[in-house]
Amino acid sequence: MTFRVHVRIVPRSGLLDPQGQAIEHALAALGFAGVADVRVGKAIELGIDAPTPQAAREEARAMCARLLANPVTEDFVIETDTP
Amino acid sequence: MTTIAVVRFPGSNCETETLAAIERAGGGAVLVDYRATSLADAAAVILPGGFAYGDYLRSGAIARFAPVMDAVRRLAQEGGAVIGVCNGFQVLCEAQLLPGALQRNAQQRFAGRPVDVRIERTDTVCTRDYAAGDVIRIPIAHGEGRYVADDATLAMLERDHRVVMRYVGVTGADAAYNPNGSTNDIAGICDPTGRIVGFMPHPERQADRALGSDAGQRVFTSLVTSLVASVAA
Repeated sequence: MTFRVHVRIVPRSGLLDPQGQAIEHALAALGFAGVADVRVGKAIELGIDAPTPQAAREEARAMCARLLANPVTEDFVIETDTP
Repeated sequence: MTTIAVVRFPGSNCETETLAAIERAGGGAVLVDYRATSLADAAAVILPGGFAYGDYLRSGAIARFAPVMDAVRRLAQEGGAVIGVCNGFQVLCEAQLLPGALQRNAQQRFAGRPVDVRIERTDTVCTRDYAAGDVIRIPIAHGEGRYVADDATLAMLERDHRVVMRYVGVTGADAAYNPNGSTNDIAGICDPTGRIVGFMPHPERQADRALGSDAGQRVFTSLVTSLVASVAA
């Protein structure tokens, strides 16, 4: 069965994120007050053929470790439509 | 003759200048395709600048898995010299042949201009013809050159003198001497032996007096001299 897997990759907290800072400043300039800690990452959508959603998430985790995320600078969150 | 391989990935754009700089330094230069599984008996390899695989996902993230990288890794294990310039440095970090990562420039813009870098270490395969403390002006051209690593790695790099080049301010020059917000002004680093070296600036672009300066040429003469010395030893 094919499961829709959502991988969200974000810069590790504590690391400078210039894109997030630029957006935070722009939001403040537009009058959106009280916005803090804006981080910009990327979202990767995958269709993964696996027996269970859990197995699909495990597969995505292995992909993150090898290719999708940089272990030095990025963290990742993996979700499936079916829990 | 000592031969130095220069890899062309899809998206490399500095391989021609790099090959020319090697030949000007008296070395043999051979262009190697990214699909090759060997480096044609070369004693050293340079991963040149450019945008391998369009820098998709992250700079160097896809190039790291190109077929030729197995041969690069083998050469590194066998004691050969591996140099990464700009995009090549990014590939070496992604391949974990060097620690840390290159992140988006702090000012969010591509930076293409001359910078002043100090040669911090001269016992590497590509800096031996400089004197320690020499400051050379060579160009950078990158959008992702801000070196980052965790605190333990940074402490180790400084303690073990593995910073090879550092951005420095010189009198009368632009105040923003660090062009990308790189941690500790790091422009380039090496492995513990000084055989694997990566840096962001482009010595091959300032390696011929006909183009105004040959400040970067000693990177290539150093490499050729190192290889001749290692063959003789």
